[in-house]
Parts: sequence; C-alpha cells; structure tokens
Amino acid sequence: MSQAEVSPAEVSRTEVSRTEASAAVGAGPRRQTAAGFAALFRSELWLTFRRTRTIALLGILAVLPVLIGVVVRIETGDSSNGGGPAFIAQVSQNGLFLVFTALALALPIFLPMTVGVVAGDSIAGEAATGTLRYLLVAPAGRTRLLAAKFTAGLVFCLAATMAVVVAAVATGAALFPLGEVTLLSGDTIGLGAAVVRAVLVAGVVALSLSGLVAIGLFISTLTGSGIAAMATTVGLVITVQILDTFPQLHAIQPFLFTHQWLSFGDLLRQPMHWDNVLQNLGLQALYVAVFGSAAWARFTSRDITA
Amino acid sequence: MTTAPHTEQARGRVAAVGPTPAAAPDDVIRTSGLTKRFQGGQLAVDGLDLTVPRGSVFGFLGPNGSGKTTTIRMLMGLIAPSSGVATVLGAPMPQSVGAVLPRVGALIEGPALYGFLSGRDNLARFDAADPTSDPRTRARRVTEALDRVGLTAAAGKKARAYSLGMKQRLGLASALLQPRELLVLDEPTNGLDPQGMREIRALVREVAAEGTTVFLSSHLLDEIEQVCTHAAVMSKGRLVVQGTVAELAGRAQGRLVVRTPDVAAARDVLVQHRVTDLRTDEARLDGLATAVDEESLPRLCAALVSAGVRVHGFGVERGTLEDAFVALTGEGFDVAG
Ligand SMILES: Nc1ncnc2c1ncn2[C@@H]1O[C@H](COP(=O)(O)OP(=O)(O)OP(=O)(O)O)[C@@H](O)[C@H]1O
Ligand SMILES: [Mg+2]
Repeated sequence: MSQAEVSPAEVSRTEVSRTEASAAVGAGPRRQTAAGFAALFRSELWLTFRRTRTIALLGILAVLPVLIGVVVRIETGDSSNGGGPAFIAQVSQNGLFLVFTALALALPIFLPMTVGVVAGDSIAGEAATGTLRYLLVAPAGRTRLLAAKFTAGLVFCLAATMAVVVAAVATGAALFPLGEVTLLSGDTIGLGAAVVRAVLVAGVVALSLSGLVAIGLFISTLTGSGIAAMATTVGLVITVQILDTFPQLHAIQPFLFTHQWLSFGDLLRQPMHWDNVLQNLGLQALYVAVFGSAAWARFTSRDITA
Repeated sequence: MTTAPHTEQARGRVAAVGPTPAAAPDDVIRTSGLTKRFQGGQLAVDGLDLTVPRGSVFGFLGPNGSGKTTTIRMLMGLIAPSSGVATVLGAPMPQSVGAVLPRVGALIEGPALYGFLSGRDNLARFDAADPTSDPRTRARRVTEALDRVGLTAAAGKKARAYSLGMKQRLGLASALLQPRELLVLDEPTNGLDPQGMREIRALVREVAAEGTTVFLSSHLLDEIEQVCTHAAVMSKGRLVVQGTVAELAGRAQGRLVVRTPDVAAARDVLVQHRVTDLRTDEARLDGLATAVDEESLPRLCAALVSAGVRVHGFGVERGTLEDAFVALTGEGFDVAG
C-alpha cells in the first residue's frame, strides 16, 4: 500500500488545520485587468493562425492568382483579347491589374468559402471538442468570447484578402510589365497611385466579408458540430448568390449580403464612384448588427452540454 | 441566503467582476431545490439541496446517469437550472460566473484539449481565457502547474499524442493555474491506471491541505472513502443523503466476518445464531450481525469452535459506504439511473 493512502479518520483529523489554512487561499475575488481582458483576443488570433487548416486555406487563396496569371500569359501569347471579365484584358498590359482580376474571381466563391470555414467552426468547433466548457469556466465570459471570435474572423478576412493580393502582385510583377495603369474609365494613373487604389480595394473586399463572418458566427452558435456549421455557412453563400441571379427576386436582391460584393470595381474609375461601395459597407454593417445580436442572444442563453 | 428566481436572468451571466455578497462564508456551495429538466423532458436533477462546507473534501457520489455532471454544469454556470437556486462562494450562479469562476478550478466530464497545441500552449490558452489572470506571470504559472501534475517532461508534446492519463493530468493542471478556493473535479480518476489514481488522490489531498475546498464526483465508493471528509449520495437525480463520511459509514451495519477453511460447517452455526444475508467465499464468510451484540459475540465464537470449525479469523467489520448506500436505497450501487 502506498504512503498516500490515508484512512477517513485521519482525513477528518486534518480537517481543522485545513479550515484554518483556508484563509490563505485566494483572498476574495481578483480584479479583471485590461491586459487580462485583451489576452483572449490575442490568444484567439494566435490560435486561428496556428491551425494547419487556416494556413492551407490561405495557401489555396494564394495559388489562385498564380493560376490566373499563368493562364492569361499563355492566352495572350498568341491571340488578341476576347471576352472574359472586365479586368482580364488589362492584366496583360499591367501586372498590377492581376490584383483586381484575382479579387474579382476569388470574391464570389473562394474567399467566402474560406471565411465560412473559419467563422462557421469558431464556436461549434470548440463545442465539439469540449474546449468550449473549459473556456467558459475559466471564465472567458460569453460576450467576450464571441467578440474575440468575431475579431479573429475579421482579421482572417483581411489575411485571406491579403493572401490573394500579395500573390497577385508577385505573379503580376513576374509575368507582366508594371507601369502606368489605365483605369476602367479610360484614365491613366501612375503606379504609386495605382498601388494606393489596390490597398483601398483590398480593404473594401475584406470588409465586404464582415457580414458573412457574423452569419457564420451565428450559425456556429446553433450547433455542436463544426463540420455542420461550416457546411451550412458555405452553402448559404452559394444559395444567396444563386438567388441574386433570379430576375423575379429583384425586390429583395439589394438586401442580399453578396449583392454589392463586386462594387469595388467602382474604385477603379476616375473619379471613384463611392455610392455602391458605401451601400455595400452599410449592408455589411447591418448584417453584422443583426447576426451579431442573434449570435449573442443565442450564445449567452444557451445551455452548454457538450 | 438569496432565493430570487433567476432562470430569466441567465442572459446577464457574463457579469463583470464585482464585490461578492458576504453571505454564507462557511458554505462554499449551497443549492436549494436545484432542478434541471432537459429539453427532451429528461429530469436529470430533481430538487437538490446540497451544502458543501468550506475546507471539506466533498465526495459527490452516484451511479452513472444519476445527475452528477448535470449538477456540476449548473454550479459552473454552463447550464441554467429549470428551477431552484445554486450559490457558489456566496454568489448566485449562473449570474455571477465572472466574479466566482476565477476562484474556482474545474474538471468537467473529462479533459478537453486542443490536439494541435502542446500541453504548455493548451494551458496558456485556458489561462488567457480568464480576464483576471496576469499575462506577465502566465509562463511561470503554466510551468508550475505542469510540474505539479508531473507533466514537465511532456510539456512540449502535442496534446493529441497524450495518453488518457496525461490528458487527465493536463486538465487538472489547468484547474490549478491559479490558487483556487474551490476545486470541482468530475470523476478525475476516470480512465487512469491504479498508479495514476493514487497520484491524483495524493494531489487532491495536497490541494485540500492548502485550504482549497474540493468537490469531487465519483461513482467509485472506495475512492470517496479514501479521500473525502464529507459525501453526498445521488440516485436518479435526487439526493439520497449527505453528511460526513464517518457518519455515513456509521449508518451502515457492521458485518460479521469469519475466516475458516470449514465454510459449510461455519455457515450452519451462523444460521442457527440468526446471522442473516450470509455470503460465502472460499475461506471466508460474512453476514449481517443484527442479532449479535457485544455479549453474544464471544458465545458465537465459542459455538463455532465447539462445532469443530477451525476459526482463523473472527470479528465485526465496520460498515462501508457501499453498505450504507445499499441500506439507504435498497438497491445495488451500479444500477444505471
Ligand atoms: N444534454 C442532455 N440532454 C438530455 N438529457 C441529458 C443531457 N445530459 C444528460 N442527460 C441525462 O441526464 C441524466 C443525468 O446525467 P449526468 O451526465 O448528469 O449523469 P452523471 O451522474 O454525471 O453520470 P456518469 O457517472 O455517467 O457521468 C442522465 O439520465 C442523462 O441521460
Ligand atoms: Mg458524469
């Protein structure tokens, strides 16, 4: 028998000294600090980008502009430019246009797919592995955890957009000439001004995905399965974009969160047209408010049984 | 003690840190009429009145499905009670999670870890979740917690490569990242080998000796007998009994035990002396000695000897918690709820 075994009688005898000692342990509640409060947000970001899955998604997004660049390079080698998206014709004249082309091609499917995976899994994935209950008894605070997940989702949107942009710039510079950029309106601006526009466009594209982050977060609070939440979110993006093509649904289309996604092209005119871009950002803010509140209402009142 | 109904206030559970009501300083956990009915209609906990005194090692005992984990989830603010009140460290749950839980370490229904993070990074993650914990001391506290559960050597290993016992230890380490007033451990020795069980129990005693109240659920009676000062017994969502372990075991009747190679002959003598509920083994038999008192005990022994029984051992063994449980519920312990 090990020395650790103590009979109940002995245990009760030690009880008195234990009660005396209890004053020493954790004297009352500890104060929350600003650094302590922010720690979860940092931890959340760190966790998001520590996942192999996140890196793989960013990798896929980075491959996309490379493929487009190579295809355009091969196509424009022998024939004059034909149809295709508005930007493709410009790419062969200026490598920087690959940024806009790649974003226009990634925004309907690839970008929202990756965002749907990250946002959809955010709460549901933690529930599925059981880590959610340990975060909550830490105690993370339900509102704080939700805010940290939302912040990490937004940062992922930016990272995903930047993955496309950086890969596009590198590919564009390698395969095509860089120089003055002819805008969609026919005006020409210098390379420096064009880079500023590219940064602006990247910012708008990243923000265009914020409504989807809120939707994904909400779906994520509904289920205990990460896969189900991811699939639902991605499925929703595709469904909404199909609905956006039906003429019969003309009345509701301006309220679909994907409706104005490609409005960033208006920033490639001289002067820039902000109407649709602002409408898009306003719509995203509305979606964040509605689905953020729904996620909060659901998550703060829900039984955590996983 | 507060009795305000609070199921509707559950949304406010992400409460900011505030002063704790000074009520009931000597009871670390107190519930009254605590009830949980799940959406499917399953009544998991039914009118629980539980009192856990400060400084105790409190065993929360019950067979599978008796409502132990559900109770613990309510105490930790993870699920809202259907009715009744739960008070932890003097504050109502789940409204006071923000103020109460930094002072509570918990292991609920087994450990849950991020498989792609190392043991050390897992602890850092859970520590970051607590807004009252100081990021500057995090690395040191994580190292100390790892050391305390004997995981220092495996600290850098990915948690998915941990054995069940190592995971269980890491879960314990995360409960010990801060000095705690209360440690809630839901079946902490589940899945451990005997050596691992002994180590966890030694750790529980050590933590208790520092003044932390330990609330430990288990379906192992001897585990509770070995480490706990107090115990409560659950059965099918209801509290059967609570009190000190000594009291509970005392409620069980002692059993008369005879060690002899002549089991059959001894059995006849015991039956004549109205010893009931006889159980026989190869070289041992025991029974309920209700009709045997201090005086008749030597006579019974003499009767055995004169009947030619070679008595190797003879005596009354003190009741165990298991006997108490059987006496209290009239059923075996291992029935599912
Ligand atoms: N999320 C849930 N939904 C519906 N019923 C549930 C849920 N969780 C638990 N139950 C039921 O509540 C009862 C109590 O379960 P609980 O997990 O509290 O038991 P336990 O005492 O912890 O058992 P064990 O020793 O097996 O861990 C069981 O009958 C169980 O089926
Ligand atoms: Mg359980």
